Parts: sequence; C-alpha cells; structure tokens
Amino acid sequence: MADFVNGFWNMYVIVIVLVSILACAVLLYIQGKAKFTPGKTMGHVWDDTLEEYNNPMPKWWSWMFIITVVFGLVYLVLFPGLGALPGVLGWSSVGQYKIERARMDEAVQPLFQKYEAMPIPAVAADKQAMEMGKRLYLTYCMQCHGADARGAKGFPNLTDGDWLYGGEPDQLKQTIAEGRMGVMPPHAQLGADTIKDLANYVRAMSGLPNDAVRAAKGKEAFTSAGCIGCHGPDGKGNLAIGAPNLTDNVWLYGSSEATIIQTITDGRQNKMPAWKAFLGDAKIQLLAAYVYSLSHQGK
Amino acid sequence: MIKHEQIEKSVPLLIVLTLAVVIWGGLVEIVPLFFQKSTTTPVEGTKPYDAVRLAGRDIYIREGCYNCHSQMIRPFRAETERYGHYSVAGEYVYDHPFQWGSKRTGPDLHRVGGRYSDEWQRAHLINPRDVVPESNMPAFPWLASTKAKDTVGADIEKKMDVMRTYANMRGIPTYSDEEIKGAKAAIGDKTELDVLIAYLQGLGTALGSMKQ
Repeated sequence: MADFVNGFWNMYVIVIVLVSILACAVLLYIQGKAKFTPGKTMGHVWDDTLEEYNNPMPKWWSWMFIITVVFGLVYLVLFPGLGALPGVLGWSSVGQYKIERARMDEAVQPLFQKYEAMPIPAVAADKQAMEMGKRLYLTYCMQCHGADARGAKGFPNLTDGDWLYGGEPDQLKQTIAEGRMGVMPPHAQLGADTIKDLANYVRAMSGLPNDAVRAAKGKEAFTSAGCIGCHGPDGKGNLAIGAPNLTDNVWLYGSSEATIIQTITDGRQNKMPAWKAFLGDAKIQLLAAYVYSLSHQGK
Repeated sequence: MIKHEQIEKSVPLLIVLTLAVVIWGGLVEIVPLFFQKSTTTPVEGTKPYDAVRLAGRDIYIREGCYNCHSQMIRPFRAETERYGHYSVAGEYVYDHPFQWGSKRTGPDLHRVGGRYSDEWQRAHLINPRDVVPESNMPAFPWLASTKAKDTVGADIEKKMDVMRTYANMRGIPTYSDEEIKGAKAAIGDKTELDVLIAYLQGLGTALGSMKQ
C-alpha cells in the first residue's frame, strides 16, 4: 500500500506503530517496577469469598507479553505494515494470489490444451474431461439449467436432444461463448380471438388436445399473421434465430392453452449470457463437450 | 503518575483513558485510509449509482441481503474462478454504507452483474426454488407488487443529494442537478423488483463482471 497521497502519511503510520509497540514495552517495564505486597489482600471482598491480592504479574504472562512485542517488531520487518515499506519478504496478497494461480495453471493447462485439440464428441467420451466438465457445469451453469441439466420454466432442458440454437459442437460452443438473445415479439394486436385460434393450432401441431374448429382457423392465421416468418411454414422453427420447433411437444414456458395465449399475446424475451471473456476457450470446450454428452449418452 | 488504583476507582478517568486508547487505534488504522489513492479514487469505469440503482440498493439493504451475501471477492483462486476478478477498494467509493457483508450463506454478489438474465433474477427473487430447487434463499414475492416510487424512491432526490455531498467531500465525480431532478422520472412506475434487478445487474461491472 504505497499509494498515500503524500509522504507525511507514510511517516505518520510508521511513527504511531513504533510508538505504540514501544509504549507497550515501557508499560510492562513500569508495571514490573511497581510495589507488590505478595500474599496480602487489598482488604475488600466480593461475593463472600472473592478477594483481591497485589501480587506481581505471573512470569508466563510477562513472557507472553514480551514475546508479543518482539513478534510485532519481527513481523513489521518481514511483512508490509510500517507505512509504505514492503517488508523484506516482499509479500503481498496479490503476489500470493498470482503464485496460487500460476501453480494451478501449471497443473491444468496441459489438460486444457489436450482437450482443446480434440473434437467435441471425443472430449465428451473422455471420462476425466467429463468429470472436469461436470464440475464446471455445477459451478457456472446449474443456477439456470439445473443441477440435473433439465432446466426450468424459461430455462432450456439440456438433456432432451431438443435445441433452440442447435446441438452440434460448434453451435454449442457459440451459444456458451457469445450467449443468445431470444425474442418472440408480442402479438396482442391480433386480438384475443385469433390468438386463441393460434394457441389451439400450436397445440394441434404437437398432438395435444385442441378445439379442431379453432385450430383450423389458427392454421390460416399462422400464415397470415406472419408466424411462419420465424417458425417456418411447417412450424418446425429456425435454429439460426432460436425460433422453437412447435411440433415436437417440448415446451420452454408450458403447453397449456393459457400459457400459449400469454406467449403469443405478450411475447417472450430470453437471454443466455455470454461467457467467453470470463471462462475462456478451454473451459468452454469442456462445457460444450459436457452439454453434448448429456444428450448423447449411450449413443 | 497515575496509579492503577486511581483509574480503577474513578469512572470518569477510566472512560477518558479508554476513549484515548480507542482513538489511538483509530488514528493509525482508520485515518490513513482517507489519504490513500487506492481507497479514495474510483476504479476506471466506476460510476455513481443512478437513481434506479440507488433505489434498488436500498431494497438490497432493507431486505437484509447483506446478511447472507457478501460483496467482497478475496484474492484466492477458488473465489476468482467462481466469481471473477477479486474486489479492489476503488470499486466501493460510491458505497455508503458498503455492502461487504461478513457471511456467505449464499454466494458472493460483487460481480453478479450480467451473470444471469433479468428474467432469471425475476424468477429467482419471486421464488428461488423455481429455478434452483436446492436453494434455501427466502422468496421475496412482494417486491413484484410494490412500486418503488412509494417506498425507496419516495425521497430519492434527497438521497442523491446526500450521496453528492459525500462525493464532493472527496472530490470525485457525482450527480448533476439534472440527474437529481430526473430521478423520480427515471424510477417512474418500476416495481421494487425492477429497481433491485437494475442494482444487481450493475454490480461489479466496472472491472468487467466477466473477467478473472
């Protein structure tokens, strides 16, 4: 901490610290000279039996005090503490942190390099890589996608083989590194009746119970309202923009008619944060492989 | 020379000498911090909390988030791997009072900004178990149904004015008159949940929330 606004504060700290330590030593010396009356009480009693004596300080206590004073001085020589002086060991918390990091890098960098050079499916088949991947997943990803990777409402299930932006190695890496921004625009302007028709058609596409008359009207509205622009004429979605497949009975927000109506009316916005700057390519490689393994187990 | 006996028998003297010892400690441990660049200069990119975030910060304090969440990433690898770059003093210059906390029942939040989507924060604050089934964090559903302007935003101009006084005492950038005048409008109809999320999403982003 050599960044005082001027040199005065450097001296200020040094003087006060040294004066304090010396004052402790002087205090002990003066107290050692005091007059004692060993074995004689001071003449008052508390709680029937509690008496006060005027004995010298116990030897062990005096020695502890002296050791503390000496320790303080030795510490100030070795470590930073006297103003801006760095201490002869040159220790700093940031320096210790850097050593700790360097030691870890030495251990894991060869592994990272090895796995970065391998294709994702091969990494996904590597037992050690997957143990690393799982730990990374549980540190960085489980908050949204769940400890079992099955997701939650609004947060995709990573185990079901159904992908908004694609499940191929490069797509997975891009999703983790750059993040994703999913936008379903609101369509309240279509009117509640048309939206209900559309909801029934959407349910029909996944083979869920629906009102056939409404679904038939919804099928026309699906084209005329522009739904096909993102979800495609057959409702199978578009990986490039993360428009979900509406025919596979996999639901991010829920399949009930009311939920679908809400989705169409108010739209949906969803965001996967970008991790590249924080995690770096090596960890993303392991995470992408771990996610890949979740839907490729036993295949 | 004062005798031990005299100090012991005179309460005023005991108080005066006790205070002297405490002040002496403060002189060496606290006073120099006000004259150190690393503790008084904002880290590049650190800005005063805007009106919405300042209101959100008051929700954070009101709900006692600091009881379970720290805002202090120590320079240990295990912490920087998980949370990001260790915290530095210059990031806290606009925190009155600071929210370092002293206990982590939940994770550190100093670099939570940008870590999760707004929607995640929303779902998580309303009921943490909706997104993290293992969580033991309490739910805060009332935040979604209370307007910030009726509570923490009601006297926002006054709060910003106080923060400006602190900043001016230290000669660091602070709010303009226009920003204070526009504070109520900035908060508008936002709920307590909205302003709290704005505060969380801005946390620790000065050093880059996503860097080690």
